[in-house]
Amino acid sequence: MRKIGRLLLFLLIFTALIFFSSTNSFCKEPYNIGAIFSVTGPASFLGEPEKNTVLMLVEQINKAGGINGHPLKVIIEDSKSDETQAVLAAKKLLEKDKVLAIIGPSTTGESMALVPIMTQAQTLLISAAAGANITQPVKERYWIFKTAQYDTSAVEAIYTYMKKQGINKVGIITITTGFGDAGRKALIEMAPKFGISIVADERYGPKDTDMTTQLVKIKSAGAQAVINWSVGPGQVIVTKNWHALKMGIPLYQSHGWGSKKNLELAGKAAEGVIAPLGRLVVWEKLPDKHPQKPILKKYVTEYEARYKSEPGTFGGHAYDALMMVVEALKNVGPDKKKIRDYIETKIKKWPGTGGIFNMSPNDHCGLDMTAFEMVIVKNGDWEILK
Amino acid sequence: MTLLLQFLFSGLTTGSVYALVGIGFNIVYNSTSIINLAQGEFVVIGGLMMWFFLEGMQLPFTVSLSLTLLTAALIGLLMERLTIKPLLKKGDLLLMIMVTIAISILIRGILMFKFGKDPYTYPPFTEGEPINFYGAIITQQTLWVIGITAVCIVLLYLFFNKTMIGRAMKACSLDVRAARLMGINVSNIVMLSFIISAVIGAIGGIAITPISLMEYDKGAMLSVKGFCAAIMGGLGRSRGAVAGGFTLGILESLTAGYIHSGFKDAVALLIMLFILFVRPAGMFGKAEILKLRKF
Repeated sequence: MRKIGRLLLFLLIFTALIFFSSTNSFCKEPYNIGAIFSVTGPASFLGEPEKNTVLMLVEQINKAGGINGHPLKVIIEDSKSDETQAVLAAKKLLEKDKVLAIIGPSTTGESMALVPIMTQAQTLLISAAAGANITQPVKERYWIFKTAQYDTSAVEAIYTYMKKQGINKVGIITITTGFGDAGRKALIEMAPKFGISIVADERYGPKDTDMTTQLVKIKSAGAQAVINWSVGPGQVIVTKNWHALKMGIPLYQSHGWGSKKNLELAGKAAEGVIAPLGRLVVWEKLPDKHPQKPILKKYVTEYEARYKSEPGTFGGHAYDALMMVVEALKNVGPDKKKIRDYIETKIKKWPGTGGIFNMSPNDHCGLDMTAFEMVIVKNGDWEILK
Repeated sequence: MTLLLQFLFSGLTTGSVYALVGIGFNIVYNSTSIINLAQGEFVVIGGLMMWFFLEGMQLPFTVSLSLTLLTAALIGLLMERLTIKPLLKKGDLLLMIMVTIAISILIRGILMFKFGKDPYTYPPFTEGEPINFYGAIITQQTLWVIGITAVCIVLLYLFFNKTMIGRAMKACSLDVRAARLMGINVSNIVMLSFIISAVIGAIGGIAITPISLMEYDKGAMLSVKGFCAAIMGGLGRSRGAVAGGFTLGILESLTAGYIHSGFKDAVALLIMLFILFVRPAGMFGKAEILKLRKF
């Protein structure tokens, strides 16, 4: 009985809200958009901020009167970090909810699983994952876009900076997960282009407790710098080991390093660590005239105020994906083909959280290495390197 | 030479934790013949609860330490009284092992709920520069880990050989029925074995967390490695678990150092299989005892 009572009360409040809020906005049909994120499961560290971001944005957009008077409705599905679940969720969204576009999924594997389905359904997908295969070859990815920077762009940013520092020989240490595998592949493939030779190629497992052995090997192989590619506790342990060993060569981290939590955990050991980071983590340090700054400031402060945690780069990928769709809807209305075409041709010099996007028929990601800033850790805080 | 030393110390550090988990396996195994697969979770409980008391509640070090060990002991006690004791009478070993898996999943779930998925750490026991030992760099916490493990081993040896309760536990491991006929309260001994193994696991977790960080799901991997250490040395032989743990840790480190870090788990496990092939009862186990065991 109490449950029904509460439900009725909720309904009453809801209808009251509809009546009292901006009067004209909710008379029109809502625009339905689907979202698939790994809210639970091993990739939940991606899915959670993405879901939170979308919930926050939808509320803000509808409060401001929706899209041209149409309320925005985003149906969020949890893929449980599983490809099969992602496919089921996409089918449900397409057939039952008749969505105009889908944003997500959070991981590369899940995104790849959706490519054939979205292509067949002729519906736009904007993935929040990083893998290059999601949008390449672009001819076979007519309906597929993504907002996360390429792994290769992060590698490019590191190597470009290293060349400036006169570093030619590097030792790489990578985690044995999908993230580490992709990073390792990119590091090895791109090295010759920059005239960099990889003198040591070490690995470690996601639950390993000590990487001293690998680092000592890298040092004795004559490397001028170490590059670690991982997310999770591994990157902190490597940092601590590197510091304790006093290796005398700089430590570079991947773009997964960009969390204040890592600085807290590594403490003093993190001093001097260099990484290519999206501007989301260093927005306070950006010059005021940088086009991304106002967006990042608004997004990060509002997110932190609402959820008491940092959004991280991952929440930002969902932000960019949703805002692109919203902008397209605003300009071309609820037409799947037109939405796709708008994003491919009109998202130019478009400042998002992940970088300044330049979509084109040849590039469905629109970001390159300029999306990253080289950032060093100084006095327990980030500092942008010139 | 410097390299070898460095690899050895790295191996000793990881080996210490494997050894402590392995000893925990043995203590429970000796009194009940079951494999407590929740053993690794106690390491996680040790690390995370220590963080909770030390950093979360800002309590002094010794208070946090005692509270953490107390919590671990309490969880061990509850685990035994609520799940193992009612089942022990039926004597279905497989069922009880399944129950320990269930408990490990339950503990992991609760820890995730309470602590989230982020890793935690706290400062090392003593601040200070790493020590240069013939060119090998050793952090002070590494010495703490190895030292604490050594102290645990000595204390356990004294406990099992010099005290009445310890000898009673040993008697239970040799023959439960005979022990009961001698007037030993076997039920209490079983409970005690769970408490001791929980506390030992927690000590390992407390010592290793400043080096390796601790997150809610680290226990499963530690259970597997600790179990390997225990059977490598000979299941049921405490000496064996120590030797097994250190051997496994050093093998991993040497493989990573001299062959390739990508192979370290595989090679270490292959060598373990080889040892068991040559000596099925483990390095210190006796083949005759193995025949009499149910597991």
